[in-house]
Amino acid sequence: MLTKRIIPCLDIKDGRTVKGVNFENIRDAGDPVELGALYAREGADELVFLDITATNEKRKTLSELVNRIAHHINIPFTVGGGISSVDDVRVLLQNGADKISVNTSAFRRPELVSELAKEFGSQCVVAAIDTRMEADGQWYVYLNGGRVKTETKCIDWAHNVVDRGAGEILLTSMNNDGTKKGFALDITRQLAEALPVPVIASGGGGIPDHFVEVLEAGKADAALAASIFHFKEIAIPELKGYLQERGIAVRL
Amino acid sequence: MKLVIIKYNAGNIQSVLYALERIGREAVVTDDAAQIVAADKVIFPGVGEASTAMEYLRERGLDAVIKGVRQPVLGICLGMQLMCSYSEENDTTCLGIFEEKVRKFSGEGGLKVPQIGWNNIYDLRSPLFEGVADKSYCYFVHGYYAALGEQTIARTGYGETFSSALHRDNFYGVQFHPEKSAQAGERILRNFIDLI
Repeated sequence: MLTKRIIPCLDIKDGRTVKGVNFENIRDAGDPVELGALYAREGADELVFLDITATNEKRKTLSELVNRIAHHINIPFTVGGGISSVDDVRVLLQNGADKISVNTSAFRRPELVSELAKEFGSQCVVAAIDTRMEADGQWYVYLNGGRVKTETKCIDWAHNVVDRGAGEILLTSMNNDGTKKGFALDITRQLAEALPVPVIASGGGGIPDHFVEVLEAGKADAALAASIFHFKEIAIPELKGYLQERGIAVRL
Repeated sequence: MKLVIIKYNAGNIQSVLYALERIGREAVVTDDAAQIVAADKVIFPGVGEASTAMEYLRERGLDAVIKGVRQPVLGICLGMQLMCSYSEENDTTCLGIFEEKVRKFSGEGGLKVPQIGWNNIYDLRSPLFEGVADKSYCYFVHGYYAALGEQTIARTGYGETFSSALHRDNFYGVQFHPEKSAQAGERILRNFIDLI
């Protein structure tokens, strides 16, 4: 039976793993390749590397890092951050990335998603969506690492990218991210039930029960977290053991 | 030992190359018929769309080259599907090495298509799985699957039960990605290289 996936996320800045709280206050958390290899050994199902400083000048650095990751890691990994063209993606895939994630650039030019799906297949196109619930109770799409609000509703944008060929959605709730108070169950469930592709829930995982909630009540196909793994608050084997005890199918 | 990875217009070739490096093996990536035929082992990888890939192989005569290889060949994911007789993906006639037909997942019961993630392989019947526990988890990414048949050497369930591996003569195929399947995948790659 297909298992639920546990995915550590490594935010990369200048070649180091970092983690912020509510998208700010960045702290250093170590070498991404070492950390990624450790997680793979511990039983992580996939890894996500997001280059939060990606710019054109940094692209070469990123592709070198991806190449190093690919040489050392025996599970699938996704790379994101500043990807805006078919050529950007080709370089990353050639260096060993399995999937790429697009966010702001896809929102600015939605054809990018269609182009990537056509060129490389939907299986390697992850649409990352940062969303925040506003006072009106609606979830809106945010861009540029959460700094720019749009008037587009999360569910509408999610349908749009899936129609264009995105193979997975990586959904981050900005309200929950960094709080360790649990994932955003309602929006995760809404997307997971409405979309024909897997939804990876991100933002807010603090204790094992939060993962149980998002994978069961939230209907997520996978759960992503960063700092709780980086700072060893929860070990992956312990988390997956707990999920299995609660009757959730995981790879052990 | 000369290992060759067939180069064509499908993804994941690099991943396979790195996976072999991680287990201490070097491989040559080539579409040169002479090199393919002279190899000790041939790996036919693939992530992509069936009709485009078959068209590419036919244009270059690689279809006949692959069918004519006498050494062990391992097809991975799309590579395995292309070794089947037919794929529903854009109504494509494939290489016909395996008799099984490739069908699209129905998605019935709310199952998401493509299947993405770790699923177990069971009813293992081949030296390819020497030392690999029954129900081991492997990493799958696919919207189409090979039906069960005489040549099935591993099964997996996702709505339907399908062939997660096939074997005929010197030809082997796996639907999952051994190059991304952690220790189980590394063992399967080693088995292909060392045992078969």
